[in-house]
Amino acid sequence: MAGHNQMKCGQFRTTYQQDNTIFPTPLARGVAIGSVIFLLFAPLFAGPYFLNLSIQIGYYAIAALGLNILVGFTGQISLGHSAFFGFGAFASAWINNTTGIPVFFAIPLAGFMTLAVGMIVGIPAGRIKGLYLAIATLASQFILEDFFSRAEWFTGGIYGAMANPVSIFGYTFDSDQSFFYIVLFWLVVSYVLGANLMRTRDGRAFVAVRDHYLSAEIMGINLTKYRVMSFGVSSFFAGIGGALFGHYLGFVSAEGFTILLSIQFLAMIIIGGLGSVMGSLMGCIFMVLLPELMEFGSSGLKEIFPALDHGMTYLKEMSIGIAIILFLIFEPDGLAHRWKMTKSYWKLYPFSY
Amino acid sequence: MNYELFTQLLVNGLIVGTLYGVVAMCFVLIYKSTQVVNFAQGEFLLIGAWVCWAFLVEYQLPFWIGFPLTLVFMLAFGVLLQVVVLRPMIGEPIISVIMLTIGLSITFQALMNWMFGVFAKPFPQVFETETITLFGLNIQTAYIMSLVISVVIMIGFYYFFKYSKMGLAMRATAFDQQVAQSLGISVKSVFAMAWAISAMVSAIAGVVVGMVNGVSQALATIGIKVFPAVILGGLDSIVGAIVGGITIGVLENMAEFADSQWLHVGNLYTIAPFYVLIIILMIKPYGLFGTKDIERI
Repeated sequence: MAGHNQMKCGQFRTTYQQDNTIFPTPLARGVAIGSVIFLLFAPLFAGPYFLNLSIQIGYYAIAALGLNILVGFTGQISLGHSAFFGFGAFASAWINNTTGIPVFFAIPLAGFMTLAVGMIVGIPAGRIKGLYLAIATLASQFILEDFFSRAEWFTGGIYGAMANPVSIFGYTFDSDQSFFYIVLFWLVVSYVLGANLMRTRDGRAFVAVRDHYLSAEIMGINLTKYRVMSFGVSSFFAGIGGALFGHYLGFVSAEGFTILLSIQFLAMIIIGGLGSVMGSLMGCIFMVLLPELMEFGSSGLKEIFPALDHGMTYLKEMSIGIAIILFLIFEPDGLAHRWKMTKSYWKLYPFSY
Repeated sequence: MNYELFTQLLVNGLIVGTLYGVVAMCFVLIYKSTQVVNFAQGEFLLIGAWVCWAFLVEYQLPFWIGFPLTLVFMLAFGVLLQVVVLRPMIGEPIISVIMLTIGLSITFQALMNWMFGVFAKPFPQVFETETITLFGLNIQTAYIMSLVISVVIMIGFYYFFKYSKMGLAMRATAFDQQVAQSLGISVKSVFAMAWAISAMVSAIAGVVVGMVNGVSQALATIGIKVFPAVILGGLDSIVGAIVGGITIGVLENMAEFADSQWLHVGNLYTIAPFYVLIIILMIKPYGLFGTKDIERI
């Protein structure tokens, strides 16, 4: 990888263990731990607007990580991620409402339920790939969407389902401040799991399937197993993200999980960088902040162009599409790659060779 | 069993199916000659129909001027799209190309909704529409017109690819790009032509649907209905696209019939093609007429 030949002076790796750590350098580990500690104290001084945005970033980032494992690491294209996200939201609400299991435990259970559904949907992936798989997942998106509006016992049909706030041992996380910690907890758990997955045999098998599936099969990797498994892992994260989304809003409606959200998830990982764990988070931050920045930027222009006011929803939608197109043409490796380039530029400054 | 409804829906299915066939043909044309899966095919219909609507209603042009102007616009649009956006993507992995066309699709859809609104607007009356009775069936003349136009387009495609120089060049490029290039065919212009023709023919289909049902956002959904059709027929087969389109059109209406008569689940009309799509992908992923990918290691 590019990172290896631009290592900092004085750091040597003499064993395989040292070459396979989660964080490439002690500094990176320090920064990661430091920023988590910083976020632990963030609700004390951050305003409600900031908290709301960071919670949004949190649950979307978990789902985006799942999609990145599927698309970026295993090379399987999925256009149906928002259906899994929605399934997680409904499943968690359903488990909590029917069995009375506390929401805190219902969230991982919903993740496992979504995992099962993801593996069923992923069965065609054992046979088909690339473009055909993209179309198959598009079909499953529509089928699941139809299921949401039909299955009244599970989703409440067209009326939607109520989702209780997260509670455990009598303590209820119903304010933004307290819910922030729940999201932060799952975000850290997911990203540590995701980063670790890539260091295991299974993670390397995913990458091998992506790089060349025939060679991978010749090396003894069971293609069907890993393709379906990748769908399962990806759906698990989508389910967790969706469950958090549902319990945050308190209400889950079938209309929220359309193909547009699936495309937004894909946009997140493409903008962040396919095949990069931290890239999923960066892309997610970009995608959540983009409409907010547009709102902010247009507030001054509204007096000059009154048409901007009612066109804002369309402009936001267009900005998603335009961001995807521009990134694919000018920076196909995403923000993660750009970040790496920036770092290595300053490492070598002023001698760029 | 209600025979009258059955035949009515069957005829509807055939008419809508030929229209799907035309759009599927445009999709296959792009895929075959440029290896790009166009998720924005439905938006071509939408743009074509709205532009024609704007010429006829906003600028009050007569149909015989407005419609050719629409075609010229779509020609320029198709070429421009290929040159500006899709040419940099040659040689990129398939996911990038898919995502690019998806990006185009949502951009254009939002743009059209912004410019023309989300509600259906009626097309100005171009031909007299009346209901005629044919073999005991009530058929609108607009539907017959749509059927005739679709068949004319299909025959036009046949002659274009069989006899015209450009059509032969496109077939040669689809067969083998390098050999075609060494024989003096400009692959660049073939790529641009493929997009231009596809955009133009889609616009015709869009205008036809617009005349029958009014112009609205719903036109773009035809772009999604195209996927079951092309997968059934095989992604790189023009004949397959027509067969697939008609089959999906009929199947959709039969699902509607079964739904209304016996099943009563509702919404089967929109969702049945996707179940069929998954079944086809499971048992015969390359469709009825598609060529199988053979890869070397």
